[in-house]
Amino acid sequence: MRLEPIQHPGLTRRLGPPVLALGMTVVLAGFLAMIAGANPFSVLGLILKGAFGSQFALLETLNRATPLIFTGLAAAVAFRARFWNIGAEAQLYAGALLTVLLGTGLLPWPSFALLPVLAISAILAGAFLLLIPALLKTRFGVDEVVTTLLFNFIFLLFISMLLEGPLKDPMGMGWPKSARVLPEARLPRVAEGLRLHWGFILAILSAVAVWVVQTRTTLGYEMRAVGLNREAAAFAGISVNRVLILTALLSGGLAALAGFSEVAGLKGSLTLDLSPGFGYTGIIVAMLALLNPLGVIAAALFVAGVFVGADSMSRAADVPTYLADILLATALLAMVLAILLTRFRVVRD
Amino acid sequence: MAQGSAEVLRLNAITKRFGALIANDAVSLSLRGGEVVALLGENGAGKTTLMNILFGQYTADSGDVEVFGQTLPAGNSRAALDAGVGMVHQHFALADNLSVTENITLGVQPLLSMRLDREGARKRITALSGKFRLAVSPDARVGDLSVGERQRVEILKALYRDVRILILDEPTAVLTPQEADALFDTLRQAIANGLSIIFISHKLHEVMAIADRVVVLRHGKVVGGVDVADTDHRALSAMMMGQEAQAPKVAPSRPGATLFELGDVTTPDTGTAPGLKSVSLQLRAGQIIGLAGVSGNGQAALADVVGGLRSPAQGQISLGGAVLDQWSPRIAVQGGIARIPEDRHKTGTIADFDLTENAILERYKTAPFSHRGWLDWRRARDFAKGIITKYDVRCPGPDTTIRLLSGGNMQKLILGRVLEADPQIILANQPVRGLDIGAVNYVHGQLLAARDAGAAVLLISEDLDEIMALSDVIHVIAGGRLSPGFARGSMTPADLGVWMAGKGAGQGFDADAA
Repeated sequence: MRLEPIQHPGLTRRLGPPVLALGMTVVLAGFLAMIAGANPFSVLGLILKGAFGSQFALLETLNRATPLIFTGLAAAVAFRARFWNIGAEAQLYAGALLTVLLGTGLLPWPSFALLPVLAISAILAGAFLLLIPALLKTRFGVDEVVTTLLFNFIFLLFISMLLEGPLKDPMGMGWPKSARVLPEARLPRVAEGLRLHWGFILAILSAVAVWVVQTRTTLGYEMRAVGLNREAAAFAGISVNRVLILTALLSGGLAALAGFSEVAGLKGSLTLDLSPGFGYTGIIVAMLALLNPLGVIAAALFVAGVFVGADSMSRAADVPTYLADILLATALLAMVLAILLTRFRVVRD
Repeated sequence: MAQGSAEVLRLNAITKRFGALIANDAVSLSLRGGEVVALLGENGAGKTTLMNILFGQYTADSGDVEVFGQTLPAGNSRAALDAGVGMVHQHFALADNLSVTENITLGVQPLLSMRLDREGARKRITALSGKFRLAVSPDARVGDLSVGERQRVEILKALYRDVRILILDEPTAVLTPQEADALFDTLRQAIANGLSIIFISHKLHEVMAIADRVVVLRHGKVVGGVDVADTDHRALSAMMMGQEAQAPKVAPSRPGATLFELGDVTTPDTGTAPGLKSVSLQLRAGQIIGLAGVSGNGQAALADVVGGLRSPAQGQISLGGAVLDQWSPRIAVQGGIARIPEDRHKTGTIADFDLTENAILERYKTAPFSHRGWLDWRRARDFAKGIITKYDVRCPGPDTTIRLLSGGNMQKLILGRVLEADPQIILANQPVRGLDIGAVNYVHGQLLAARDAGAAVLLISEDLDEIMALSDVIHVIAGGRLSPGFARGSMTPADLGVWMAGKGAGQGFDADAA
């Protein structure tokens, strides 16, 4: 058996495999639920209900999706230009750190002035953090996969140091936790009494903005050209290094907004468990979205739904929440296979 | 000729479709023992598809392949090799860091054998190279060999595997005329030793010189098969194109002002490719300068310097009389240089971009295609549509991904992209490589028209016929050094071949342009 390229994939071939991938994922999840001793249909039903079945569940999913949209966009933007930013986790914490540094009383301003300053500072911090690997890559050819990945560990230890030292909340009963940000530094709720903050709206707007940049501007055109064929881009006069650095700045800034939004919108303070790996999950989100910025919204909702739904299912059906991780891993693998099948057909020898 | 011999290879009514495109339409071909059949046809005529089916890379929709009377299983890439068919590709598959012997035995040696019979292999290679007049040292490192020698290694590789049928894909594209003659000598030896040969080419005089029979492919169909003895140049070319080929008529040039000048330019070597060694060159309005040379002798460095991709380490560049202190692709484009790159797939276009996106690749940053960073896709699309109509790019429309186009149509888009900017200087690097004769004449006609309209043209080609037909002045490049300029008609191919081999007739290679 081998693969033969398809010159003109039809609509069924382009839509079929992804649908099939989703189906495969569901079947496998049901099978695993069965092994865990539960009824597969009720488990899947419980996941769906837990993720989208009530207003509370839906808002929980949207809240969980918010940081994933930001980190997903960060990965999608970078990967589109073939710049492998694996360090969204560190950039997220950089954004959170700036929010806490400036938002706990240093700038005693009203919300309408303080929040934009916090967001922009967060963006700058994340952008700066990714600028270092980008410069190392463009100047010396250092592989950004290694540097961005390792930066995650360095930066998390740095945050840990700060939380045990200068940033430690004196009222925190000894926990490694920062002071809470001022009420003026909190993102307001979207509607009174609704447990959803403006970070979600900001995430949606960011996705639309990234989409506009990618499809309508010369910078987006350059990013796509650099990602698809660096040699041709350079020949045409695009400065590949400049584009890579701008891409890195944008990607780092987007990831940092996740940290800003989590602190200002949800948690109110900085702890070491602010992100349960949002930076890494963002990569899965971007891949599931085929790097399309609008697709990132859908993919983030799917991933957040799986996590939130699996949590609630686990309480009800006594099946471990690890099922969520397996579901995501399967969805990703199935999607990769599906993409392959849209472009190649299997030929039997 | 071996009229009476048995058939050794037979392709029976091979049909292969890619979507709506019929790449091969009931193509039948037979090869007899001791015979040379030339497969002649445009790119996109289906030659490559046919060979890919023979070697099992593709499965034919219908039809089959017989080698020595045995039908090959479809889609099995080992079957043809095992049956004794060998192919020498245009792009060599050799490991630069291994010796000739190692390259030849690679893949034949059992993977898990504990010791290599290197001495036996060496002896066999020496014997083969004597027998077939393929002069190459078995111990040389392939990375140190010339292109001609590498091709000999590829042929030896096939002979070492005891092939009975040898297929050569455009084998002379990378050779000097002298090397091509040596190759023909080798092929005659091969025939004398009982091999049969399929020779894929688009150069008519070579086909006439070496082949017994010619099979012409056009639009995926066999449009004719004739004995070489019964045909001539004109008839073949008519068959290939569907009409008689019109070689461009070239009026004498009226050179004007110098538009672009390299003064004593030196660039560092990159890997095995030589850089430029004190090259001085003037491009004048209304003149085509041809750069002849064997592949890998500094053409790439010169093209990069003229195209703005490389800045000289020493020496200077003048554009329109002014010496430049900054040099980049964008400065070159804005300075009115039209650049037709050597590799349209890798550098000329972005395969996954559509025609519109590819059309604006060099000028997306300027009006009318963008304003303050915002792209105007409507204008871009209109521009692409204009090129499609004016330059006859055959495609479903401007939204088509360019990877789906044939090489000729891709080249037409590049041509339109650069010529629509009314360039003063044209850098045409291998502009017709791999194109069919129709497209070749079209491209050549455009270059001549641009010359007559007052453009300065630098034509870089490894095809000496092309250089001699078009150039008003010919320079030869060898080892990064430039020969003096030779006026049209003052040199024979053999004279130029001497320069191409790096031995200028008593003169230094540093001599200035005429």
